[in-house]
Amino acid sequence: MNLFIASVRRDLLVHFRHPSEVLNPLVFFVVVISLFPLGIGPEPGQLKAIAPGIVWVAALLATLMSMDSMFRSDFEDGSLEQIVLSEQSTFIFVLAKVVSHWLLSGLPLVLLMPLAALLLFLDEAGVWALTLSLLLVSPTLSLLGGIGAALTVGLPRGGLLVTILVMPLYVPVLVLATAMVQAAEAGSDTIGYVYWLLAILFGSMCLAPIATAAAINVATDQ
Amino acid sequence: MLNWFHRLGSPKTFFEISGRWQVPLLSLAVLMLAGGAAWALLFVPPDYQQGNSVRIMYIHVPAAILAQSGYVMMAGAAAVFLIWRIKLADVAVKCVAPLGASITFLALVTGAIWGKPTWGTWWVWDARLTSTLVLFFLYIGVIALRSAMDRQAGVGRACAILALVGVVNLPVIKYSVDWWYSLHQPASFSLTEKPSMPIEMWLPLLVMVIAYYLFFFSVWMMRIRNEILVREKNTDWVKQWLAVR
Amino acid sequence: MKFESLTAFFYMDGHGIYIWAAYGLTLVILAANVWFPLIARRNIIRAEKSAVLKAMNRKL
Repeated sequence: MNLFIASVRRDLLVHFRHPSEVLNPLVFFVVVISLFPLGIGPEPGQLKAIAPGIVWVAALLATLMSMDSMFRSDFEDGSLEQIVLSEQSTFIFVLAKVVSHWLLSGLPLVLLMPLAALLLFLDEAGVWALTLSLLLVSPTLSLLGGIGAALTVGLPRGGLLVTILVMPLYVPVLVLATAMVQAAEAGSDTIGYVYWLLAILFGSMCLAPIATAAAINVATDQ
Repeated sequence: MLNWFHRLGSPKTFFEISGRWQVPLLSLAVLMLAGGAAWALLFVPPDYQQGNSVRIMYIHVPAAILAQSGYVMMAGAAAVFLIWRIKLADVAVKCVAPLGASITFLALVTGAIWGKPTWGTWWVWDARLTSTLVLFFLYIGVIALRSAMDRQAGVGRACAILALVGVVNLPVIKYSVDWWYSLHQPASFSLTEKPSMPIEMWLPLLVMVIAYYLFFFSVWMMRIRNEILVREKNTDWVKQWLAVR
Repeated sequence: MKFESLTAFFYMDGHGIYIWAAYGLTLVILAANVWFPLIARRNIIRAEKSAVLKAMNRKL
């Protein structure tokens, strides 16, 4: 538990001192969102119809942008190896890294959702559903992305590879989350989607750190 | 049983046994493929709805089945490698990925060609086509990781982990895509869900499915044998084997 | 036989082009899957043999 808190604290501190790594994906997200009206046309009805998909794809891409750095600095300064060699559980360490990644990339994206919804003319029900769905899914994104980050940590440039490895794993949550927003806009019940997304979140919380820890063992065991 | 398992796990034994099997197996596969194709092209009656284009089913459906079970087999080999550290299993994982990806590609393209006369377009975001596309991406991921980590110590274990992660996700992806499709279903009829297929239609399909599997195993074996030769090239038995070539 | 003439067999009521394209592509992909391992095998044997020969020459 000490390891968990210490790791999260350290990551937050490091990123507060050098905020650009945290801010870049957020800027990227807003820029991508604002490019769509320029490409498609400013007609509100059309934008509203495709808004959930646009916001979600942009959120996935923004999350993946920050994914590459999840274990990189720890790998390069050797602390990853120390963790693996120490008696501390790698599973807990992975969970701590995922939590700090979520706090630094998932949560800010959730807070940006109303802005994105405003730009794309989503109505109130849609905004709530969009924010709620991202709140439920972004931890899953960090968990699954951690697997890709750990697998590619030993490679000099793993950024694009992480995207290729992790994108197919994001398909179910993308499908469910956009459907949830559309259902909310249509005025129907969304509680079923919430249960589904929670189930996926808990499932990946149990399984993904195992795979990530195994991948870290491989990367440090050279 | 376990003893036998370990004996087959030794590259030398596998190489010897597969050397005896590969030619008969591949010949049988090619023979069945040719026979099944002739059957499908010449003797199967045209479908009452789709007409003659139903003949594409006999090369598409086995490819689609094999694309999925190929990934599951890869994950099985990956699990064997991670649990027992049998090096042959890593060779198997490495060799099946490009093969499976090519079969998945075949399933995608024949599906698209079948879609043109049936649906009127090359591509529809049909549940089966979409989940096959995601499956293709999963294969590409394993191949990309393997080639990026080329010559690194942990490459086999990393790819095995990725294959296992993929296979855990496979049912989730499949169900979510099926469900997504039923949500957005356009007005069209399903390709393969017929009320019941008459025996003269499914019997050649069965032949083709078996033929594809045999083909898959024999080509997999050929690739594994090549990889064994490369990895074991400094051993005496490979040098002896080469001396008589 | 479900076809009366060779032309009818190739034409397949207008679906011929799709059917033959699909079967042709299958043939190409399956043949490539046999062809590549065969080529690879030949190259491996060749490379290893020349390596062995070089080693022997060095010894002599």
